[in-house]
Amino acid sequence: MAKKIFSRPKYLKKAVFHYCPGCGHSIVHRLVAEVIEELDIGGITIGVPPAGCAVLAYDYFDVDIAEAAHGRGAAVATGLKRVLPDRIVFTYQGDGDISAIGTAETIHAANRGEKITALFINNSVYGMTGGQMAPTTILGQNTTTTPGGREVKRDGWPLNLSEMLGLTNGSVYIERTAVNSPKNIMHTKKAIKKAFKVQMANLGFSLVEILSPCPTNWKMSPVNACKWVEESMMNVFPLKVIKDDVGEI
Amino acid sequence: MPCARRYALTLQSRFIVSEKVLMSGNHVIGEAAVRAGCRFYAGYPITPQNELTEYMAGAMARLKDGIFIQAESEIAAINMVIGASMAGCRAMTSSSGPGISLKQEGISFLSAQELPAVIVNCMRGGPGLGNIAPSQGDYFQATRGGGHGDYRNIVLAPASGQELADMTMRAFDYADEYRTPVMILQDGMMGQMMEPVIFPEPVDLKKLPAKPWILDGADGRPSRVIKSLLLDPDVEEELNWKLARKYEDITNKIQNAETYMTSDARLIVIAYGTAARIAKGAVKRVRDLGYKVGLFRPTTLYPFPKRLLVDLRENAKDLLVFEMSTGQMVEDVRLSMEGSSNIHFYGRPGGIISTPYEIAEKIKEVYKNIC
Repeated sequence: MAKKIFSRPKYLKKAVFHYCPGCGHSIVHRLVAEVIEELDIGGITIGVPPAGCAVLAYDYFDVDIAEAAHGRGAAVATGLKRVLPDRIVFTYQGDGDISAIGTAETIHAANRGEKITALFINNSVYGMTGGQMAPTTILGQNTTTTPGGREVKRDGWPLNLSEMLGLTNGSVYIERTAVNSPKNIMHTKKAIKKAFKVQMANLGFSLVEILSPCPTNWKMSPVNACKWVEESMMNVFPLKVIKDDVGEI
Repeated sequence: MPCARRYALTLQSRFIVSEKVLMSGNHVIGEAAVRAGCRFYAGYPITPQNELTEYMAGAMARLKDGIFIQAESEIAAINMVIGASMAGCRAMTSSSGPGISLKQEGISFLSAQELPAVIVNCMRGGPGLGNIAPSQGDYFQATRGGGHGDYRNIVLAPASGQELADMTMRAFDYADEYRTPVMILQDGMMGQMMEPVIFPEPVDLKKLPAKPWILDGADGRPSRVIKSLLLDPDVEEELNWKLARKYEDITNKIQNAETYMTSDARLIVIAYGTAARIAKGAVKRVRDLGYKVGLFRPTTLYPFPKRLLVDLRENAKDLLVFEMSTGQMVEDVRLSMEGSSNIHFYGRPGGIISTPYEIAEKIKEVYKNIC
């Protein structure tokens, strides 16, 4: 009798992802669902998805889901967590959601040490709306609103939100990872798991920034998109532990 | 005697009071909210309502299950209220004009997601940065939805300290019953004015109806989603009509107004809130001089008390609407009367506080022209 060793995670609904082939969301969704199952917190978890490609996360994650307006996830999560401190509340946000329109809410939730977990999916572009510049678009990168490539004079510099959050006392664990290779994917899962465990131990604000390929809006093949994460994004957004007051957990 | 002693929370001390308390409007709202079972408040400082934010800071700290957050902005505050409401908590935020403008997206989301919440607007001079004096320039914003999309909110119009207490408590009940945001529309004068108030008994939180739709973790039940993204227009249309039916139900059930000396009135003044306090003084003055004038004071602005107003159509052919604005509620008066009355208007916007004398002179002027 064949033994089943791999299947859809318990906390992913039986729905076909709408994400583009080669998109990092599909990978990260699976990792999050696996972590929730392994930590046995599915029954006490509430997720707060973004406005963005992952707005439809409520079709995928089989946990309670609270839709938030664009950028407001950290504030909605704060309200949920303060009222229900023994539940696990996580946000799942794109780069625009968390570091453009949501900058204030994110920094202040981190600064207050809100015991929530933020997942920051960084693909250096606004995916859902068709490929406009994001705060994390890198210099020289072509997007629909940076014709000729992002330039400092017109568009300013890319923003390193995670490093900024590292300056807040309320943040206890911030790490940047990527899902452009199997090795990086395995490491991302470890980081996500640690971030949730930080919340379970009531230690403070945790965030994992995950560099993610967007073949469609970068106008590359999925393979080249994975390369671009490595060769271009990581120069601006290096993979590293930005803050760790927690250690082994 | 069980009612003889009451505890009232103040910023500095807790004191035992007899049934009646002297308290300023912003504090009254805070105390009433606590008694209504509000256990979550998020807000941001803005004059002239800071006393309410400060009161809630003290009150929530004293309650073992009270939550207070001074948010980084009015936008953050309304979104925190959304989260708290989703978790099943009675939640409130408050602000004044510019801050209420910031909250409109959140209020639209609350309405679409059918979440209860109480929002207090202490109106000040506007538009723009305006000033900190009382006005009624936010009527349209409050009663027409204010944010994007097809929705309305219940809007209550207190005109005294006692009504601030009663209507604040009622607001939380309406919000839960109808699963909708409720706005309390007060102003910078009412918020500062000290009046005697008798607070109703605190609500027993354990006796409140259960909320079977909240998000608290799907242990032992199917997972739930609270959202407002409805990409299929058929589904979105369904929600819009569902909300419209809810607002129709609300309109039939809770529209309300106070009438004063209207039964033999030839001219009826229509005003709400602080304007109505002033107008009542004016009506008393002119009655003493023999003018047959009355006052119609809406206490719900949405739903507008059209039914009660139309009842007055028979005797009063002339209505004088007085607002501390350039004219907003007057449109609802015109819509209600559908041409069957002559509608006059007097307004003082920008934070000007008229005197009863001034309004009495205006009443006399209109009266002389119509008789």
